[in-house]
Order: sequence, then C-alpha cells, then structure tokens
Amino acid sequence: MSETAQTPPTSDERIKEMSGFRKALIRPELGGICGTVLVFTFFLLFAFDSGMFNSQGVLNWSVVSAQFMIIAVGACLLMIAGEFDLSVGSMIGFAGMMIAIFSVTYGWPVWLAITVTFLMCLVVGAINGYIVIRTGLPSFIVTLASLFILRGFTIYLPQTLENKTIIGGVRDAAEGDWLAPIFGGKILTGFFQWMGDNGLIGTFERGTRAGEPVVDGIPMLIVWAIILIIAGHVLLTKTRFGNWIFAAGGDPQAARYVGVPVNRVKILMFMFTAFCACVFATCQVMEFGSAGADRGLLKEFEAIIAVVIGGALLTGGYGSVIGAALGALIFGVVQQGLFFAGVESSLFRVFLGVILLFAVILNTYIRRMITGER
Amino acid sequence: MNTRSEHQPIIEMRDIEKHFGSVIALAGVSVDVYPGECHCLLGDNGAGKSTFIKTMSGVHKPTHGEIIFEGRPMNFDDPRDSIAAGIATVYQDLAMIPLMSVARNFFMGNEPIRKIAGIPFYDKDHADRITMEEMKSMGINLRGPDQAVGTLSGGERQTVAIARAVHFGAKVLILDEPTSALGVRQTSNVLATIDKVRKQGIAVVFITHNVRHALAVGDRFTVLNRGKTLGTAQRGQITPDELQDMMAGGQELATLEGSLGGTV
Repeated sequence: MSETAQTPPTSDERIKEMSGFRKALIRPELGGICGTVLVFTFFLLFAFDSGMFNSQGVLNWSVVSAQFMIIAVGACLLMIAGEFDLSVGSMIGFAGMMIAIFSVTYGWPVWLAITVTFLMCLVVGAINGYIVIRTGLPSFIVTLASLFILRGFTIYLPQTLENKTIIGGVRDAAEGDWLAPIFGGKILTGFFQWMGDNGLIGTFERGTRAGEPVVDGIPMLIVWAIILIIAGHVLLTKTRFGNWIFAAGGDPQAARYVGVPVNRVKILMFMFTAFCACVFATCQVMEFGSAGADRGLLKEFEAIIAVVIGGALLTGGYGSVIGAALGALIFGVVQQGLFFAGVESSLFRVFLGVILLFAVILNTYIRRMITGER
Repeated sequence: MNTRSEHQPIIEMRDIEKHFGSVIALAGVSVDVYPGECHCLLGDNGAGKSTFIKTMSGVHKPTHGEIIFEGRPMNFDDPRDSIAAGIATVYQDLAMIPLMSVARNFFMGNEPIRKIAGIPFYDKDHADRITMEEMKSMGINLRGPDQAVGTLSGGERQTVAIARAVHFGAKVLILDEPTSALGVRQTSNVLATIDKVRKQGIAVVFITHNVRHALAVGDRFTVLNRGKTLGTAQRGQITPDELQDMMAGGQELATLEGSLGGTV
C-alpha cells in the first residue's frame, strides 16, 4: 500500500484533473442528498410550528417515506439490472387482497396466508422476468400487461367471493398469530414509553390512554424499509452479485461474453421487486386490518420516480439504493409536508412532475460526464 | 528433443465445416496455432472469419471437422467451456461496459471474493490493486480504479480487455478485428500489446482485414476466402501485395488497383 503511494503516478497530459465538485457529481446519490437537504430546510423554515417535527409529525412522514422506500429499493435494483416493473402497484393490491381472502374468507391461519401470498408474488415476478427474457420484449410492455391482469383479479376475486371490493377483519384474524407482528407490529415500545414519561415526546393528556405516549413505537414498516435499504445497498455495492446487476443492465451481451448469468440476474431482480411489493402490501393490510381492490394504485410510477430522483439511469447499469431511498424520503416529506404547511395537496403532483424532470435532465448530464460522451 | 513439445500446436482446427441451413459458411478450413505465435487470420467481409473464430470459441458447433486443443479433441458446448479451457475472445465492440469502473469491468464475471463472517463479499481492495498494476504494465495511466471505462479511448478499452483475458489465464487469445475502428496511434498501442502478450507465450489469433496491421505483428498468415483457406504463409515468405491479392481473390482487385493507383 505504502509503496504505491510513494511512486508519484505519472499523469497523462490528456486527462484533465477532475475538480472535487465534478467528482462528487458523478456519485449517483448526489441529487438525492441535495434534494433531501433542500426539502428539510424548506419545511424547517416554513412548517416548523405546524407539528411536522414533533413525534407524531415525524412518525407521519416517516411512515409515508418508508412505504415509498420499500418499493423503491426493489424498483431500483431492477432498473439498474436494465428492466422496469410496472406491475408493482397492482402487485400491492393483489397481494393484500390475497392475504385477506385466505385469512378472512377461507379462514386460514394468517401466517399461512402471508406465506402463500409471498410465494404467489414471487412466482408472478419470476413469470414477468421469464417472459421478458424469453421473448426479448421490453419489460415495459410485459409488466404493463401484468399490471392489468393483476388489478383485474384483485377486483374480480373479492366481488365474486364476498360481493364487495374491500375485505376487512384481517386484524381480528391476525390476533395471536406469530408472523403477523413481523409486518404489523411495533418495536421499541418500552423506549417510547420512557421518552413519554420523561417528557421528551408528547403524551395523551386525557381519555383511556392518558399518560401513554402519542407515538408508542416504531412500526415494522419502517424497520422493513431500513432492512431492505441496507440489504439492497450491500448486495449492490459489496458483493459479486451486485457487480452482475450492474453488468446485466450496462450491457447484457458484454456481460454474457465474460460468463455473467444475465438471465438469472434479471429474473431474480423481477422476483425481488415482487417481494418488496408484497412486503409493502402485507404491512399495509396488517396496519389497516383490511384489503381494498384499489390499494397500490400508481405506486409503480412513484417507485420509479423515487429511483430516478435517486440518480439511477432509466437505461440501466447505473444507480444507487441509497439514492433511491433518499428519493423516497423526499417524496414522503414533501407529500406530508405540504399538508402540514397548509398548501393545497394537489400541488404535490405539480412538484412531482417538476422534480422528476429536473432529476432526469441532471442524470443525463451526469451520464455524459461519466462516459465522456459529448 | 524438446523442440517436439515446443512445436506442438496448442489448438488445431482440422477441416472445419459449418453450414447454416443451406448456406455453407465454412467449407473445410484447417488452421493450427502455436504457443507464443501471432497467427493472423485475414479475409474480406463474408470470407468466414467470424464464423471460424466463433467455432473456435465455442459459440458455434462445427458441422464437420475436429478441434484439437492441447493434443486432445475438444467439444465445446458453449462459450463458457472454451473460456474455462483457456480460450478467450476479445470482441471488437462488446468487450466493456462504459458506465462501470475499470476495476469492476476487469473482474466482471470473475469477481474476487473475501469472506466476512462467512458471507462472501466482493473484495474491492484486491480488485482495485490488481487492476491498477495490470493497467500500468500495459501502459495505461488511470486516474484511479474507479474511473469509468466510458472515459477510455477505443484502443485503451481493447487493451483493458486483452489484459483481462491474459490475467485470467488465457492460453489462446482471439482478437476479433481489434484495430478496425481505431486511429493510427491507438492501433499501434494495440499492436504493441499483442506483441507483449505473444512474448508471454500466449497464442494469439488476430483477425483483421488490414494487411499492414497483420504484417506488423504476425508470425504466420492464413487467408480465408469464400469459406476456404487459401493457404498459410510464414513471415517473410510473402509480400503485402501477395497477401492483399489473396484476400480479394486476385484478378478483380488487380484491375481495380490499377485504376486506384495502388493505394488500397
């Protein structure tokens, strides 16, 4: 190590020394970091007194952000592997509905309902991937088809079985189940009680729950988001498989020539995206205690937008899980923050469109810089 | 006598035929390559060069004929078999992924692994160090191992691909028109790299349609024309003009050349 440091590298006169700014710019997370700082500064200035930054407010936007993060991690890895999945939103609705049908309509134990639903989602993900690989069609079209197929079933099944499009009663069915708390439970409840007792966070002042903290723990949804982000980031940057994900998205043919199992990588990433959607759905069903046929609508686009804000290229081969997570955080904070700041909530979509456009333009510029294209 | 073992070809292609439906792409081609030699495969477009090297690298199965590798007949089912045996192919444009760093490209498909608590992780330090060393020995100055391949010139990319193949134990290195899209300076860099590789005792199969490039580094020259060999010549036994004539099928080019003033 020290030897290499001693010999001064003979520099090529044709390579310009890169400024620190440009070096930072080619990190995919940069846009996400800047956006996060900007968004937090904005809301700290304009919505500080609105309750956005007390325990309840923080939990509020954290949960929304965590929802985006869970699906963004899957969409991010898939996009880096060079594919899209437009069926994420429908998959969320479908998975939630299957859990409700299995556990409420059929009366299965909830752990079995969850396990079977996860397997079904993985199979659908694998089929998506298999069709894309086999036919060579754009994943955009193939998963657009699954978007409609899954959504159709999500509406058809409960209507046929129960004559309604919302199935409730999952919470009662999940009572005493061992697997359900992993998706619907809360952790660190003791710590939050302690914080409430010591006046660090707000507590209920009257009613049956007087003295209990308003926020009584961290929902498992947030825990799942953090676990998935860390796992996704480590997988992508620190493992052999991560290199294959980049390679499969960067140039599949070149990757095949050196022995990377491109097809397997892509199919596994489709399955992982389906897994993330299923985690989202399960957490949501456990939280609400019901499944609705319209759950997860438009989530696929929100996931893709979060990933793009996070610096990933739509063409694949470049991106970062941390960036995608920051994109999701920006999303959640702005969506809830506009509400706290008393801004008309429809403006959220305007913001979304504008920031997406900026992110894509910035990313294209960054790509040109990395590859030296002009 | 040890000349016997030295003069054993590392790969011998005997009477290779390849048919695609009713099209006969190769009609009985025989070529042998010795360790440490640069065997140039010349031919015009459509002569069957690509089909021939794809047969050698396991992409196509020959319809007829034998491949003898290190003295044993070989049957490659897919490219991974031939890579495992030590036959590496560097394709003209499909060698590198521009958005990935040089180090990650270098080790793509062969990532070094370091186990931490039983979990296999990509050994980045090792990969970065080896990449810098290999690039230095090939005469490429990198800003760092994280530099994206997209910032390298075409010639440098070819060199990285060649260095990669050599590092991972190639005994036979097939180069598919490595110089056809390059400028003068870059071409001479790649030719110098070929020379370095050959001196390490690796057999190089150099496909080109540029007679000048072939003569610069080649030890022997085989000319393909319409799916057949027109014979193999030793260095020094053949002039550039003769090679050029053989490639183009003789007569027609002679008349063409007259009108072009011998510039082709």
